[in-house]
Amino acid sequence: MPPSPASPHARSPLADVLAAASTVVLGKEHQIRLALACLLARGHLLIEDLPGVGKTTLAHTLAHLLGLQFSRIQFTSDMLPADIVGISIFEREHSRFRFLPGPVFSQLVLADEINRATPKTQSALLEAMEERQITVEGETRALPEPFFVIATQNPSYQIGTFPLPESQLDRFLLRIELGYPDRAAERALLESGGRRPQAHAVGARLAAERLPGLQAQAAAVHVSPALLDYVQALIEATRDNPAFAHGLSPRAALALLAAARAWAFIDGRALVLPEDVQAVLPGVACHRLRLVHSGSLARPADIAALLHAVPIP
Amino acid sequence: MARRKAEPPPLEPGIQPWLLAAALITAAPHAGHLPVWISALAGLLLLWRAWLWHGQLALPSRPLRFLLVAGGVGGIALEFGTLFGRDAGVALLALFMAMKPMEARNRRDALVIVMLGYFLLLTHYFHSESIATGLWLLAAATFLTATLIRLHGGARPPREIVREAALIVLQALPVMLILFLLFPRVAGPLWGLPQDAHAGRTGLSDNMAPGSLSELIQSGSIAFRVQFSGTIPPMAERYWRGPVLTDYDGRTWRTGSSAVPADSAPRIVAEGRHVDYVSTLEGHNQHWLLALDLPLALPPDSALSPRLETLAREPVRKRGRYAFTSSTTFRANLEESPALLAEALRLPPALNPRTRALAEGWRDLPPERIAKSALAHFRSEPFYYTLRPPLLGQHAMDEFLFRTRRGFCEHYASAFVFLMRAAGVPARVVAGYQGGELNPVDGFLIVRQSDAHAWAEIWLDGRGWVRVDPTAAVAPSRIEEGIAAALPEGEPLPIFARIDAGWLLQMRHRWEAVNNAWNQWVLGYNPQRQQEFLSRLGLHDADWRSMTVALTLLCAAVMLLLTGWVLYRRPRVDPVQRAWLRLCRRLAGQGVARHPWEGPADLAARVARESPEWGALAAEAARCYTALRYGHLEEAARTEQLRRLQTLARRLPIRWRMP
Repeated sequence: MPPSPASPHARSPLADVLAAASTVVLGKEHQIRLALACLLARGHLLIEDLPGVGKTTLAHTLAHLLGLQFSRIQFTSDMLPADIVGISIFEREHSRFRFLPGPVFSQLVLADEINRATPKTQSALLEAMEERQITVEGETRALPEPFFVIATQNPSYQIGTFPLPESQLDRFLLRIELGYPDRAAERALLESGGRRPQAHAVGARLAAERLPGLQAQAAAVHVSPALLDYVQALIEATRDNPAFAHGLSPRAALALLAAARAWAFIDGRALVLPEDVQAVLPGVACHRLRLVHSGSLARPADIAALLHAVPIP
Repeated sequence: MARRKAEPPPLEPGIQPWLLAAALITAAPHAGHLPVWISALAGLLLLWRAWLWHGQLALPSRPLRFLLVAGGVGGIALEFGTLFGRDAGVALLALFMAMKPMEARNRRDALVIVMLGYFLLLTHYFHSESIATGLWLLAAATFLTATLIRLHGGARPPREIVREAALIVLQALPVMLILFLLFPRVAGPLWGLPQDAHAGRTGLSDNMAPGSLSELIQSGSIAFRVQFSGTIPPMAERYWRGPVLTDYDGRTWRTGSSAVPADSAPRIVAEGRHVDYVSTLEGHNQHWLLALDLPLALPPDSALSPRLETLAREPVRKRGRYAFTSSTTFRANLEESPALLAEALRLPPALNPRTRALAEGWRDLPPERIAKSALAHFRSEPFYYTLRPPLLGQHAMDEFLFRTRRGFCEHYASAFVFLMRAAGVPARVVAGYQGGELNPVDGFLIVRQSDAHAWAEIWLDGRGWVRVDPTAAVAPSRIEEGIAAALPEGEPLPIFARIDAGWLLQMRHRWEAVNNAWNQWVLGYNPQRQQEFLSRLGLHDADWRSMTVALTLLCAAVMLLLTGWVLYRRPRVDPVQRAWLRLCRRLAGQGVARHPWEGPADLAARVARESPEWGALAAEAARCYTALRYGHLEEAARTEQLRRLQTLARRLPIRWRMP
């Protein structure tokens, strides 16, 4: 969609972050914006794409730009839940147990190739995402604030992978695909010899303490009754459409609204437009809708067709 | 001609199943009466088209399509000898309906299919006017309307589209009813039906050979329905008089052929109560009307013949309503013309010597005693009532009376009349129906072909023509209870005549009552009924002018009511939305039409690209509209923004563009 011509009078502090990220991850402004919106809406992000298109780079860049404490978990099939949440060890000199926090105790967690781990390990992470706290041996420990998980997953079927079931996919606010860079971006990438060093070199553009405030502001963006009408029309359209096995749930509708608010906030607006909903709908809906005829998840093209079938009230 | 216009946009593939189904639904009922090859070809074409659609294959090329059309038209010309007229025309239409989807590429083709479908629906009334046909056509019209909605309204769940079409048809129903009731009626059908359209109807014929009546009795179809205005005469008095058969050649009885003097008009003296009734007679292609023996007052365009048959001026080709007054006790033709008496005594010479000998022995008795003797003969000898009598040879009466003694009403009636004539008593056979069954649901008496009967009448000096039913002497239950009771088990009879009780009988009665109501009020709604109906509404002696006025006024009233309802139900459009929609309409006039799914910011961006001179205006309007509709404003700011939006909308010029 064309860039929104909304008023620039309240230039968002996030515009800086966006601009800087675009210099690292080339040609993916829309996806960066979606990732940022996901973070602002206090959701978690699932990136699904082939290896080597820049998933990890994007996660690194965001962590650095926002000044977030970062950790990365490479999922493997022999991984145990304790490898994520941490373990208690017995210290002989103090004669007591001490908890060694796992990598999940971090503000931005990159869960790489999440579908390689067993369902048990996957659900340990997904529970942490949902509860924002972890209970180990009867003791509940809060996760840092903000807490943001970017999980990546290879779309192609491979032996020894455990694709996330729908109920787990639902924990992710947005799901995006990066795709191949366009010709110009790829040329720049080749000339610079890869973007990973830049990702580590960028400095923070925002203090991590400011993030909760921004999230609160994003959640307060105004939603008018007319916009709710539109959101409801879209949700009903997914339920009436015979192409989809099930429609979107009320939780998905809430996710759509939260993402649209964050999108409008990044644009510097205090109100949500139908265009904001349209921009985030593929990210919200694709992993929550299953096609009847092929049994696979919906493609962005299906969502585009759905959008064109629903007039804005 | 040079093709200057660009190809119209192709149909979206999702419409093709609708078109195919529309073609199938509208053409399918014709399959029963079209030549087999046309039905098969049409079915194959539709299947082929469905297969092409399913596999997303290319449509047949132009030469192949041309060949198909030429072959179909040639075949029809060969089959019917013409391309015009009712049957060939219907065949052409049905075949074209199956062929058109082969070249349905754009919207125009789809519209042709739908319109052809509406037209094809009408042609089904050439063949059937039953309730089932009516319901099918109503459903088909609804589906065609749904196809139109799909064509213009885009993809939606089919159930929703059909519901909308049904709503449209429902709204049309009051207008349909007004048109049906008030449109000035002409007598008779609007189009001339060919003579052979009525061939093959069952019913009484003008002659009676052994076996002809028992064949008719196999049919369970309805001969006529009667609605009495008072009490219904008992079963044993319900003799429905049809043709009178006087000429006998030794095998077959025929209607009288001898010339009748002009002064021999019937003279009937009624003795009992008058019975008024209206009979709805099915078409049977003969002149006679079945009146209760004997009629006193006749419907218009009919007369009582010298032989006391009720004859209509024109053969009864289609179902009609006839009002009679009858009396079941009467004296008829106390003085009979000598020609008719001579006719009632004539016998073929040199046949049936034993029968003649039997009758000769009674010659000296008074006529009443002769009749009694004959009936006593039937009663005392072991006669047997059956639908499957053995075949009779040359001396049929001799064989029947003295050897086989098995027969059906036609045997008894003809043997009785033969005996009477041989004994010198004027006698003749009367064919008709006897009895009838009351439908308790609507109070109509139903007389079926299985109630067909033959009896005798003799002329007695001082008493006139007297009915004698020899069958009553052999099988009294036939007269008092009906055919099913009189026949032993195992005789062939239509299933309907056998059912004696229970839910099946209930269902049959209900169904026949519904069918009868349809016949009486829908198909039988002729000029007389229309006048009756209108005078009941207080519109006496309405001519076509006053009917047209009433029609127009009522239709206008219905339209007004519907419009009012729609306006009342319409959601109140708020001024912001109205101003925005007006702005969008005017932008469309400038060449940038808003898509229904396009938000204000997107639209403004597109205007800036596609129609830059309005870019600034559109951007500002989008800002106003956005703030008004999606933001929250103080009341004062709101008024100001709305005024601004309205001003911007007015600033755009109006230009009407063809869509």
